[in-house]
Parts: sequence; C-alpha cells; structure tokens
Amino acid sequence: MLKFENCLIQNGGFTLSADLSIEFSQSVAVIGPSGAGKSTLIETIAGFRDLAQGRINWAGQDITHSAPAQRSIAMLFQDGNLFPHLTATQNVSLGLTHSKRLTTDQTQTVEAALARVGLSQLGARKPAELSGGQQSRVALARVLVQRRDLLLLDEPFAALGPALKAEMLDLVAELVVETGTTLMMVSHDPEDARRITGQAILVADGVAHAPAPTNVLLDNPPEALRAYLG
Amino acid sequence: MAGRAQPVKPTLGVSAAALVAALILAALAAVALRAEPGRGLGPSDWAALKFTLTQACLSALISVALAIPLARALARRRFYGRSALIALLGAPFILPVIVAILGLLQVFGRSGWINTALEALGLPAVSIYGLHGVVLAHVFFNLPLATRLILQGWQAIPAERFRLAAQLNLSSTAMFRLIEWPMLARAMPSALATVFAICLTSFAVALSLGGGPKATTIELAIYQAFRFDFDLGRAAMLSALQIALTATAGLMALRLARGEGFGAGLDRPVQRWDGDTVAARGLDTLCIVLSALFLLLPLGAIIGAGLANLLSLPEVIFRAALTSILVAIVSTVILLLLALPMAMAIATGRGTLVELSGILGLAASPLVIGTGLFIILRPVTNPADWALPVTALVNAISALPFALRILVPNTRDEVARYGRLALSLDMAGAPFVWRVLLPRLRPQIGFAAGLAAALSMGDLGVIAFFAGPDFATLPLQTYRLMGAYKMDAAAGAALLLLILSFGAFWALDRGGRWHAEV
Amino acid sequence: MKHLFFAAGVLSATVAAAETPELTVYTYDSFVSDWGPGPQIKEAFEANCGCTLNLVGVEDGAALLARLKLEGENSDADVVLGLDTNLIVAAKDTGLLAEHAVMAEYDLPVEWNDSTFVPYDWGYFAFVLNADADAPDSFEALAASDMKIVIQDPRSSTPGLGLLLWIKSVYGDRAPEIWEGLADNVLTVTKGWSEAYGLFLEGEADMVLSYTTSPAYHLIAEEDASKKAAAFDEGHYMQVEVAAKLAGSDQSDLADQFLTFMVSDAAQAILPTTNWMYPAVLPEAGLPEGFETLITPEKSLLLSAEDAAATRDEALAEWLGALSQ
Repeated sequence: MLKFENCLIQNGGFTLSADLSIEFSQSVAVIGPSGAGKSTLIETIAGFRDLAQGRINWAGQDITHSAPAQRSIAMLFQDGNLFPHLTATQNVSLGLTHSKRLTTDQTQTVEAALARVGLSQLGARKPAELSGGQQSRVALARVLVQRRDLLLLDEPFAALGPALKAEMLDLVAELVVETGTTLMMVSHDPEDARRITGQAILVADGVAHAPAPTNVLLDNPPEALRAYLG
Repeated sequence: MAGRAQPVKPTLGVSAAALVAALILAALAAVALRAEPGRGLGPSDWAALKFTLTQACLSALISVALAIPLARALARRRFYGRSALIALLGAPFILPVIVAILGLLQVFGRSGWINTALEALGLPAVSIYGLHGVVLAHVFFNLPLATRLILQGWQAIPAERFRLAAQLNLSSTAMFRLIEWPMLARAMPSALATVFAICLTSFAVALSLGGGPKATTIELAIYQAFRFDFDLGRAAMLSALQIALTATAGLMALRLARGEGFGAGLDRPVQRWDGDTVAARGLDTLCIVLSALFLLLPLGAIIGAGLANLLSLPEVIFRAALTSILVAIVSTVILLLLALPMAMAIATGRGTLVELSGILGLAASPLVIGTGLFIILRPVTNPADWALPVTALVNAISALPFALRILVPNTRDEVARYGRLALSLDMAGAPFVWRVLLPRLRPQIGFAAGLAAALSMGDLGVIAFFAGPDFATLPLQTYRLMGAYKMDAAAGAALLLLILSFGAFWALDRGGRWHAEV
Repeated sequence: MKHLFFAAGVLSATVAAAETPELTVYTYDSFVSDWGPGPQIKEAFEANCGCTLNLVGVEDGAALLARLKLEGENSDADVVLGLDTNLIVAAKDTGLLAEHAVMAEYDLPVEWNDSTFVPYDWGYFAFVLNADADAPDSFEALAASDMKIVIQDPRSSTPGLGLLLWIKSVYGDRAPEIWEGLADNVLTVTKGWSEAYGLFLEGEADMVLSYTTSPAYHLIAEEDASKKAAAFDEGHYMQVEVAAKLAGSDQSDLADQFLTFMVSDAAQAILPTTNWMYPAVLPEAGLPEGFETLITPEKSLLLSAEDAAATRDEALAEWLGALSQ
C-alpha cells in the first residue's frame, strides 16, 4: 500500500496537501487542472522533492527520506527517458546493472524485455534512429527489467499521436497486469485515464484527494474538475 | 527546481578547488613569509597599477567590441573554409608571447609590411609603440577568444526565434533589440572579464610594445621587486593585489552572466532570414576578411621566418620538443583531473567558491608561484627533480579558468537533463560520470584538453626556476637560441612550437568530436 | 638477462657517484645552454678534476643572486658564476661568499684585486648597428640624431642597468638631461637582451644596446660583416663577469680548483666564441681571428662596486622620470 500521511509539499508559494492511500496492484490516474500539482505529487513519490511535513509509506516502509533509487519505484518522465548516446540494449540494461559488461543471464533478461515490447531486432539502435513510439517501448522495456513494484508515469507519451499513445497505454496496462505492478499515471486526457486506470486521484486547489473510481469521478466531476473538463 | 538529490557529489570538485586555491595561496604565503622588511608599495607601484588597469580595460573593451560584428558575421554566413578559419583563429591565443611579438612586428613594425606599403605609397609611417601597440597586441591575442565566447552565445539562440522574427518581418534594429541584445548582455560580461583578467598579468607584451617604462605593469613591478630590490614582501603584496583584481573581475562576470561559456561545435552556422541586403553582406565580408588578415598575417610572418630553418634545427631542439610534449600530456591529464570534478561541483550548485579558485590560475604571477613552490619544495627535495610535475601542474592551473568556461555550461545541461533519470536508475556517482557525463561531454573535454595542451606546450612560466640540466622545454630552448644570437634558428624553433601547439589543439579538439554522439 | 645487466649498471653508477666528488655551480641560463660555454667548460674541467661538474642555470645574473639569497646558508651551490660588478656589493652583503685562492695575471682594462670575486670574462657595452650606417660618437650626438634605439629595462636586465651606470659615469648629475634628450630616440624598452636584439635584427631599430663584441658573433659564426659597434669618444662602460666560492661549500678545494680553471688557458680560450666576451686572462693563442676588427674604446668606464651599488637606485629613478613623461 502507498500511504500519504498528512503530507504537505511546498514549492515556492505553491502548496499541496495529501492524505490518502493506494492499494497494491491498482492502476491510478492523477487528474486535475493544469498547474494543480499533478507532476509535483508524482515527483514527491519518486523522491525528487522533499516533504514539508508528513510521511510517505510504501509497502510498509517509511520512504519519506529515502533516496530515489532506494524506493523500489520506476518512473518515466515527460521527456529524456533514454540516454541518446547509448543503444536501446544499453539503455535497457541500465535498469539491471551499471557495468558495461552483462552476464549471460542479464543479456537474456534484456533481450526478453526488448522482445516483450516488440523491439527484438532493434537493440543496436540509438534513440535518434528510433521512432517516438519505439523510444517509448525501449523505456518500457527498461521499466520491465527494473522489476519495481510501483511505476510512475508523468505523461511520457504526451508527444505521441493518439493511436500510438493508445497503443502504448495498452502495452503499459498489459505489463502492469503481468507483473502485478502498482501504477500511478499523470494524465490530462480523461480518455487515457478511462482507458487503463480503475481509480483516479483528483488534484485541485492545493489538495490531492483520495482515489475514487475513474469512471465515477469523470462521469460526475466535482466543481474543480468540471471547469477543466469543460 | 529544487531537486534534493544530485547525480554527482560535489565533494571531489570542492576538494580539487581547495587544492588549487591552497597551492596558489601557499606559494604566495611562502614568498610573503620569507620576506624581510621592505619598503612597501610606493608611488611607482600605484602608477603600474594604473597603467595595468588602463591597458587591460582598453584591451578588453576593444577585443569584445570587434568580436561582436565578427561573431555575427561568422554566425550568419556560410562560406568555404569557414570551420578551418574558426579553428585557425584560435592560434594566436596559444602562441608563445615572444614569438607573437616578433610576428606582429613583421606586419605592424617600423619596417613591417604595413609601413613598407605606406612608404611605397608615399604616406607617413605609423608607429606601433605605445599604449595603442600594447592594446593591439592584446587584441591580437584575445580577439579570437572573445569571438568564440560571443559566437557561442549567437548559436545558443534558438532557431525558432529567428524564424519568428522573419515571420513578423522585424527590421534588423528591432531584431537586434529583441533577440541579439539580450544574448549579448549575457555573453559580453563574461568575455570582457576574461580578456581583462588575461591582460592584467601581461608583462613582456606591455613592455616591448609600450615604448618605455610608462608601460610598467604590475607583473613588471613584481619582477623588479624580486630581482632588482629583492623585496619579497612587496612582490607578495603586488601579487596579492593582482589576484584580488582578477578575482573581482571574475566574480562580477559570474554574477552578471551565469553559465555562459564557449563550447565546441561552432562550425554550424545559424540559419536566419535577415542580413540578405548588399550592405549587410558587404559588412560581414569586410569583418571576416579584415579579422582574418589581422590574425593570420602575423602567423604567416612567423611561418615564413621559420620555414627555412625548420629542417636544419639541431637535434637538441627536437629533444626539447619531446620534453614539451611530455609536459603537455601530463599537464592535460592534471587539468582534466581538476577541471572535470570542479565543473561537476559547479553544475550541481556549489558554484561561487569553486569558480573563484578556478579563476586564481589566471591571476597568479608565474614568478611568485614559481618562487613560492621553490621555497616550499627546497627543504624537502631537490626542486630540479620536480621540474616536470611542477611545470605541468602550474601550466594546468593556468589553463583551468578556460577549461571551466568550456565544461561548465554543458555539464550543467547534462545534469539538468539526465540527473533525475540517473537517480531513478540508481546511477548516482561513478556510473553517472562514466556512462553518461564523460561520453556526453566528449567534445567539450576534447576542446578543453586541446587548449590546455597547447597552452602548456608554449608556456615558459615557472620552468626557469626548476629547469635542471636535463630538462629543457621547447620554449626555453627557443629563448636560449635567441640569447645565443641565433635568431634564425630561434625562428625555426618557434615555428616548430607553433606547429606542435596547434597540432595538439587540433588533434584533441577533433578527437573529442570524432564520432561524438549528440 | 637484460634486466640484470641494467641493474648492474645502476649499481656501478651509484658506487661511482659515491666516490666521485661533485661540484655544483650556479650560473646564468645562457651559460649552460647548448650554445653557451657550459658544455665545453664541463668537458674540459671534468677531464682533469676527477669530479662531476654540475652546472645549474638560473635565468640571469640578478636572478642568480636572488636564488642565492632564497637558499641562504643551505644552498647546494659550491660556486656562483655570472654575477657582474653591479651585483658585487649585494652579493657580498649576503655573507654567503668566501675568499678564493686564485692567483692570476688579469688582462683587464681596470685593476682587479678583489679577494672574493674572480673575473672570468668582460666586455664593453655598446650600441650595435648596421655597418653601412653612420654611427653617433656620443650620447649627446645620439640624442641630437633621429636614430631609433632599443634598450633593455634596467629592472629586468643586466645590460639595461649597465646603460644607466654608463650614462651616470660619463655625465654625473647631467644624466637626467641626457635621458630626456634620448627619450625620443628610445623606440622601446624590452624585458631582456634577447628581445631587444631580436627587434634590432628584424630591422625595427637603428641601434640596439649590446656589446662591442656582438659584431664578432656575426663575423665569426655567420661570416657576416654587416654589423658594427658605435664607438663613443666619451668611453664605454664595462661589464666584468665574476665567479665566487660559497662559504657553505663542502668542496672548498675543488671550488678553488674550478675558479683557477676558469682563468686558465683551457677555459679562457672557450669563452670568446661561446660567451662572446673578452677573456679575463688572454690565452696564449691570443684572441680568435675576427676580434681584431672590433672597436677598442679609448676610455674604459667602470664604477667601483660600492659606487655602483650606491648610484643604482638614483640612476633608476632618473631614468624612470625622464622616460615616463
């Protein structure tokens, strides 16, 4: 379970409070108006921001002060998810090890992950030689080999076309089901949220609300969300 | 963005900075402590300070003022040989002082090419000697540097802005005010301060071309304190004054322009849609041609004077060349070991103090540093045994300010762009450095290493204090040839030096960009 | 096998080093350079001394004295070679030097009987110019002409200081006036001799401050008779280069042996065509061919060491005053 206990996040003049929890293996959308603090919330979970007060608990462990890498969390950012000077295989393998040499086991794992996202032939290519969708797949393959329990998506597919984005979201949905991963995903598109998440957190007016079923929230949006959805 | 964790720890960089500062200050302190009561700073020292400031200010202002139109012309024109010209423009900067002076005189001197031409036309001769001559020589040395700094700013302007300006049909004046001036306002202070700081420690140039003792700089006053009066206290005081001035200039520049630097990859012209008028094209052509002539003619004179003697050089000169190459290699390695961690520390927010100690290398008088290190080393060991490491170390420290200007902006970008990804992949520390930073900074590392190797190759610096019988560098041997009346052979040796310096620069700069992944 | 051979070599070298006494001589850099007297002097001295001569080059005479002061009583040097008469008082004042045991008949234009300093060569300062040009015959004639000269800065160069004392010893209190007259003739002032001479050879100036012996270099080494020295009727100031033994030396006898060697035929014959100065003791074979073409000043000027030391600061102030306007 991911638990926010009386959390307060401050960033300049901006504050966001959160007191909520998310069950294991749930897929949760984070929705709300632009600038409400959706990304801030995700970044705090990942460990890139300090809490002004409160505690965050993940799988029974207090991770409030843990370094990002110690949190058993994988995250995909809006951009810059791949190192442009490394090949797809090298990028994926960084989820396993930092050494340049891989063991046979590790090589197999990386190859399997690339195969799972449909890129078995393209491991030797660098990001610049891959399409936007293929780049996203490489990033997802790396998430696979990382074997983290919680995956955070900060709109990594925003730059893709609608069809490609849907394809990626479906792939994410498949992968989290296969691996039993908990998913939190920032989205500004209600359709994305409906597509793969069962629950949604509304972030608005400085508060991150407790999760509610995505469909219920989007069908009967509260005032703050209604203005945004139009 | 207040990230709490950083992909690299500043510890190593802060230690490197502390080491540099400690070394320079210890050398200064060693000289000061060894001093007997002297006469303190007198009116002639203040006159020297005044002249030093005047010539350094003028040199900086004029270098930068000329660099602006040149950088703009280079930024918006494509022509055959453009990248070769940009590379060659770097040559004066890495030229040994005495060689450069003789080259300049071939062109601007009393019996130089210009005056010969004027005489043939029946026009009165112009004299290079005086304050204007000092400034001319300093502009010769520093115009390429200033141009490179400003060109970098031009190429950092996103292409979209020029596209937008073209769509709005902005006049050149409006475009200058809206797009170019803001960039210049950020790039100029850094360029001004850098040139100013370099000219502060000028000595041989100022004296030889200054026309007399009114062209006394602080560095000459230090020299006098040392050897004419043996007043170590005054030498240390003057040196401290020099360091304070440089540090002030450096800090002001840092305050005014965070993160400007001169990077690699300058051979890409900016595409823009203005400046297509005949007048603009003519002006740009004029800028490029005149600057190229100004910078390349003296180089041509050096090559011309040396060519005939290059192959007949005695064997000892080639042995000295090997020594110089060795010094340059060691010096470059030391430089990178210092500069890379320092750049990382600055990029992760430990700016000011680390940058400040990086600037010290520009300010420290080689005479004072050499004497200080000699005083420190002598009780423990024979200084002559340490000639190579000490020379290499001091050369590295004097190249440090430039290396940091080259490395910091890109290090900062890489840390900002990939820091979080690295952290989420548990790559903080060594893995980030080895697998991300170093491969991605390769062009900048090559450029910095090239500059350091070239500067070290041509530096006479502290070698005079430590040169043992078996340790003679190429600049030292060149100077010795001149001291033995052998000016022709010296010209050949100077050309060899020029070839080696420029070759080292070119090889490392190119090597860094060879197959560099962007 | 190779390694063993190498190790044996090192071993025997160490043994040899322990047995061979070593004499360390501090001198100016151009003396030790491959084109200076150093290599030949070393070879000739080591041929008979059963010792190793270790020549250490230190920039120039003034820097040499500064180095001695820096090192003080713990100096590694046994002998210092290359001070000139202007530095003698300051060098003596350090208390670091000892009296020598050299007996020699000097061929100097001035009397020499100093018990600390051994003169090994000497020369006259002079302005050097192209042989086909008209030379002025005095400073006043030079000041009245429109000839351009390059001189060295007295604060960083030995000849530069020599010129101050030259004018001072000819004109005394009129020196400032002479300098004011010369101000428009001074094209520029350089850090050292090399820069000045380089400028002259490039054709920048009509004359350069150097030595009467400079044309001998061009004549003998380059077979080029195109340079001459301007003879001044009022006399030429001398530079006498001296060597001395350090009191702290642990090779006192060997040091004396070296000083004696420096005024012997063997060393003196080397100096004229390597240091391009006159030998302090004329070698039996006389001066090298070509030296007879040089000018011989009618009057030799040299302030006593004490007077030189006392005049130095005043002369510098006058020079700065006259040329800084």
